[in-house]
Amino acid sequence: MSKKLLTGDEAIAQGAWEAGCRVAAAYPGTPSTEILPALVKYPDVYCEWSTNEKVALEVGLGAALGGARSLVTMKHVGLNVAADPLFSSAYIGVNAGLVIVSADDPGMHSSQNEQDNRWYGMSARIPVLTPSDSQEARDFTRLAFELSEEFNVPVILRITTRIAHSKTVVDVEERKAAPARTYAKNFAKTNLLPSNARPLHRSLEERMERLLEFNNTKGPNRIEEGRKNFGVIADGVAYQYAREVFPRASFLKLGMVHPFPAETVRRFAQGRKKLYVVEETDPFLELQIKALGIKVIGKDQLPMLDELNPRIVRNSLSAAGSQSEVRSPQTGIPPRPPALCPGCPHTGVFYLLQRKEVIVTGDIGCYTLGSYPPHSAMDTCVCMGASITVGHGIEKALPPDDKRRVVTMIGDSTFFHMGLPGLVNTVYNKGNSITILVDNRTTGMTGHQDHPGTGKTLMGQPAKELDVAQVCKGLGVEKVHVIDPYRIKENRALFRQILSEPGPAVIVSRRPCALLVKRDAPKRVVPEECNGCKLCLQLGCPAMSFVDEKVVIDESLCGGCAMCVELCARKAIV
Amino acid sequence: MKNSANILICGVGGQGVLLFSDVLSGAALAAGLDVKKSEVHGMAQRGGSVTSHVRYAPKVYSPLIEEGTADFLVAFEQLEALRYLHFLSPKGRVLMDTLKVKPMPVLLGAAEYPKDVIERVKAGAKKVNVVEAFKKAKELGETRAQNVVMLGALSRLLGIPEATFQDVIRQNVKAKFVDLNLKAFEAGRKLLE
Repeated sequence: MSKKLLTGDEAIAQGAWEAGCRVAAAYPGTPSTEILPALVKYPDVYCEWSTNEKVALEVGLGAALGGARSLVTMKHVGLNVAADPLFSSAYIGVNAGLVIVSADDPGMHSSQNEQDNRWYGMSARIPVLTPSDSQEARDFTRLAFELSEEFNVPVILRITTRIAHSKTVVDVEERKAAPARTYAKNFAKTNLLPSNARPLHRSLEERMERLLEFNNTKGPNRIEEGRKNFGVIADGVAYQYAREVFPRASFLKLGMVHPFPAETVRRFAQGRKKLYVVEETDPFLELQIKALGIKVIGKDQLPMLDELNPRIVRNSLSAAGSQSEVRSPQTGIPPRPPALCPGCPHTGVFYLLQRKEVIVTGDIGCYTLGSYPPHSAMDTCVCMGASITVGHGIEKALPPDDKRRVVTMIGDSTFFHMGLPGLVNTVYNKGNSITILVDNRTTGMTGHQDHPGTGKTLMGQPAKELDVAQVCKGLGVEKVHVIDPYRIKENRALFRQILSEPGPAVIVSRRPCALLVKRDAPKRVVPEECNGCKLCLQLGCPAMSFVDEKVVIDESLCGGCAMCVELCARKAIV
Repeated sequence: MKNSANILICGVGGQGVLLFSDVLSGAALAAGLDVKKSEVHGMAQRGGSVTSHVRYAPKVYSPLIEEGTADFLVAFEQLEALRYLHFLSPKGRVLMDTLKVKPMPVLLGAAEYPKDVIERVKAGAKKVNVVEAFKKAKELGETRAQNVVMLGALSRLLGIPEATFQDVIRQNVKAKFVDLNLKAFEAGRKLLE
């Protein structure tokens, strides 16, 4: 046994490897992304980037039925995509263990919503473990594989951003081979015809009964005795905050929150004059505690929005009598929002869009940043793949005399994830929208993961490189144009032409992410030539600023993409 | 040796805040302490404001530093020092670089970069060390070593041995960059002589 400093994501990979996991599948999504890149470094584990979370979970279920302990990871909204196989997999159960990591993002650091995926466990009848640091992330991953096999059900390991991305000390061990399991056809178990599903539903309820008994007697929950009359019930990272704020309280720290260990809670609550429940996002535990008739203080004082931190816990639960005196943040500080990188190929597309009277439906990726000034070039951002479909809907709603065209914008990875059915729908249902497929040859926002268009797998092997332009043609789009986003003038003419013709059409804007290519020599402004017209600043390039009525290029940031050179009428940039 | 500290590190995406906090927390672990560090990856990294919380002590619970309790605020950029100043404890110390990086609203002319940042930081904290780490890194021929120069400076103020930091740097950077980083670390230590 040795000690390592690991993020929660890395600790899950470590735990899965120790548990003998042999197959892992995921679609990248913050804050879950780093689990598989950590796991793929270990020997004897097959890892893949699946095209979306539903695919990943089905691959994981298949592998578990096939006899390999399997890990499937995704962000919270990914589990919405995978909800269909999630519910079915509970009925079917497993052969070798199946563990599903749901990485929730309270506070929406990098997400479109905040949702509490502990509910999925209750709804789908799947046990849920909620680690509170990296050590538990590793321990609970191992436990999850064991429970999955013992109780014949997949297990959800629910983490949050603070668990995923915080490094804490972890005791690690070597890998142990998992119990050998082979695949054998089992029609009554794995084929959800109604005649099979009915008895499987009954069996699932029975499995949950046994799990409940396990959780009440041997579950990964613990009582830390402090003051007799003051108790706190908490799980996940909320436990750490509460432990910090109430050092003398008694704690019931829950590790397995579904099936809810009612007997354990009842025992702990007995005789406490004051009882708090500290949990992030929804009152998941609180409602169940209150249903037992136990009086508890929780979300009536703690916020349901945003992520918690020690200060919020301290100041919300004021009865603790220890309000912290905190200085206020300084005022008058300009914000520093994230921005598209210097030389980002998306910039060239946004430059065209911000000058047109079009409706732009966006999608999920770096290009969502084009919603901010100076581009402000995106009307909607909903969820993965929703650019093409929402755009189609808007187009169908526009009255005939409204001549605005609908442009839908989607990245290459997002296109493979969930853009395909939407585009087929547009073609089939006589849509007129123009799809700009920003093909930067990677999954950019989450940190450059491969996908079916990059020609490489997560295992580092060469793969069939799908050409998105060919794919669009194959789906029935007749007008498919491939452009280089850096050639702004050329593209402006083409774009004007496409807008004047009936759709559907696809423009593939192809150029690799600026962070993945070697940078060219930086450009500079000849001050005598610059007349301060600011036309080039409309690119929103973070390397360019306006000082003393002239444009200045920061040479440490500029990658020499030369889009500004093309825009400057006075040839002042060289 | 003081065996506990709350250290908040802040900067701009791309400045190497994460490597800084990795080495710092690795050094605390090597010194036999419990340590937690927390930051957020993803969208904020695209030129946005970035923070990392590092806490070490014999036992640490929360991975996040509470406002008003940081012993050190380490800022790779002036404006970011001001932005997170309220995390500093009344007795805490600021270590900041003189570097300025203009945020997008300033680049677009929608906001102004405040003129008196260092003065405001000094007015809000009793102990402030202003260093020229970016400039020093540039002299070493690699502006990206700014983070390790800052680490060298901070290491003067902590109770963790110099050699422990150097070992952890060797473990955390690619072999061909070890020499450069050790040099940057040393240069940083000299900034606070």
